[in-house]
Amino acid sequence: MTILALNPLVSPDPGLFIWSTVAFLLLFFLLSKFAWKPIVKALDERERSIEDALAKAEMAKQEMAKLTSENEQLLKLARAERDEMLKEARILKDKIVGEAKDAAQLEGAKMLEKAQQEISSQKAAAVAEIKGKVAELSIQIAEKVLRQQMADKSKQEALVSDLLKDVKLN
Amino acid sequence: MDLSHIFNLKKSLHIAFCAVFIACSSLAGRAQEHDNTNDPHVTRSEMNAPHEEKEEDISATILHHIADAHEWHFWGHGEHKVSIPLPVILWTENGLVAFMSSKHDENDHGTEIFEEKGQQLVNYHGKYYYPAATKDAHGAYVALDENAVPNNAKPFDISITKNVVSLFLSIIFLVLIFTKVAKSYRVREGKAPKGLQSLLEPIILFVRDDIARPQLGHRYAAFMPYLLTVFFFVWLNNLMGLIPFFPGGANVTGNISVTMMLALCTFILTTINGNKSYWGHVFTPHVPWWLYPLMIPVEIIGLFTKPIALMIRLFANITAGHILILSLISLIFILKSVLVAGIAVPFVLFISVIELVVGFIQAFIFTILSALFIGMAVAEEHVEHH
Amino acid sequence: MITGSIAGIGAGLAAIGAGIGIGQIGGKAMEGMARQPEAAGKIQTAMLIAAAFVEAVALFGVVVAFLGTK
Repeated sequence: MTILALNPLVSPDPGLFIWSTVAFLLLFFLLSKFAWKPIVKALDERERSIEDALAKAEMAKQEMAKLTSENEQLLKLARAERDEMLKEARILKDKIVGEAKDAAQLEGAKMLEKAQQEISSQKAAAVAEIKGKVAELSIQIAEKVLRQQMADKSKQEALVSDLLKDVKLN
Repeated sequence: MDLSHIFNLKKSLHIAFCAVFIACSSLAGRAQEHDNTNDPHVTRSEMNAPHEEKEEDISATILHHIADAHEWHFWGHGEHKVSIPLPVILWTENGLVAFMSSKHDENDHGTEIFEEKGQQLVNYHGKYYYPAATKDAHGAYVALDENAVPNNAKPFDISITKNVVSLFLSIIFLVLIFTKVAKSYRVREGKAPKGLQSLLEPIILFVRDDIARPQLGHRYAAFMPYLLTVFFFVWLNNLMGLIPFFPGGANVTGNISVTMMLALCTFILTTINGNKSYWGHVFTPHVPWWLYPLMIPVEIIGLFTKPIALMIRLFANITAGHILILSLISLIFILKSVLVAGIAVPFVLFISVIELVVGFIQAFIFTILSALFIGMAVAEEHVEHH
Repeated sequence: MITGSIAGIGAGLAAIGAGIGIGQIGGKAMEGMARQPEAAGKIQTAMLIAAAFVEAVALFGVVVAFLGTK
């Protein structure tokens, strides 16, 4: 201590040392109890709440992403289903149209056939009638011609002879 | 560590203004003080003394400004003195003696013995001693050794000195400020900080995130109160030391007793928290056994040099800053020309601004080294790589 | 003639050594920061601590000079 006593600047003063110890310890206990404890706690709490909020936001984001992807999936599924349904409908339509067409064709053909039958039967009836009429007319005409021709006796004989000429006895 | 978020506060302009103000007023205060020394009404023996003695007087004045005192001196000497007297408390051979410093401060040359509660004392250069049996050549009742330091026995001095008052003032400021901040944390719970709270929160977070956590790891929470207290105590006292007038002006952190107390606190914390691996490192260092007689004393000395370096660093930095400012001002009186002020004043302004930064950096260094030493004491043993 | 304590010269020599040391620390830290700007914070802290250790040596010199004078 003798060397430290050389300059008052570097010689510790016991009185001041004691007072500063008292003062510092007092400060330490007062601040620890009334300042640092609540401040550090508040800061930690705020930090934790911020971290929580961030974590929650992150979770919400993930949830959102999950939801979106799910929606996407659903949409895709729905779209596929719709496509499927459309395809089925088209097939069904084609089938129905085809069937209807076939049925119509068949019916038409049947009707046509019936009409043809009718026509042909009518035609046959008409032809038969015309034939009868023609035969009757021709008989009448032949009768009249014959009556006129056979009025004189010579002509009757010429005819008979003519006819006889054609007839050959074989 | 990123200091920018502290220096880039909006308040930096304010701080700069404060610095200018402080520097200017320090000039005003000190110039006035020294004007009085040149006042013809003040009869001082040094007035007509040779040049060497004048310089000696200036270095004594500087040392006087840096040292502790029994009164809070403002300006003037003798009858013109303006100062706050402070209580002197002495533990003497006759028990506790207390009186105001103004009562016995007229004669500080030790030439007059006064009596308090039956205890004879002399005042020699502001310190109280038991009177020596005989007078010396100057008529003082002191026996000086070869370094002009009295050899007299002296009572145990536990006076409320200038530094003690300043210490308690700083404590009152700190408690007021931080209880207010703590209250605003309670009132504005979960909300963004505001006002004083938002000024100090980054600094508190700085202590936690840049000092405590990197050095102490997950054990930081237990030492946070100590580190925060030390940081703000040192910082506020550094800044108050830069204010040249009341309530600043006391050189608290530039006083070796105070820094010794702070270093001792860190040393005690380090010692009582030292774990097995810390002491193992001291008493069974990882060297061949025949080096133990060399290494163990080195390690034990190392335990003590760390707090001593802590003590000296803070003391010497702050004291050096004060001496620098006072020396620059004293240049005016050494060169005996008021024109020197044209150079000295900008220099003092510059040094004062640097001292503001040094005040912060020294508080930071003291705190981070305390955290480092405590961290070394509580660190878990690592796997050794041989 | 110059009179005074020789301890001042000792303090000055200590200051030279510390000056060189702190200069080295600062220069290397700047280099490191320029190379890795993202590690600037860590480098700054380490730099201040190292500078404080070096500075302590110079301050010991100053304190010894104080002890020697007066």
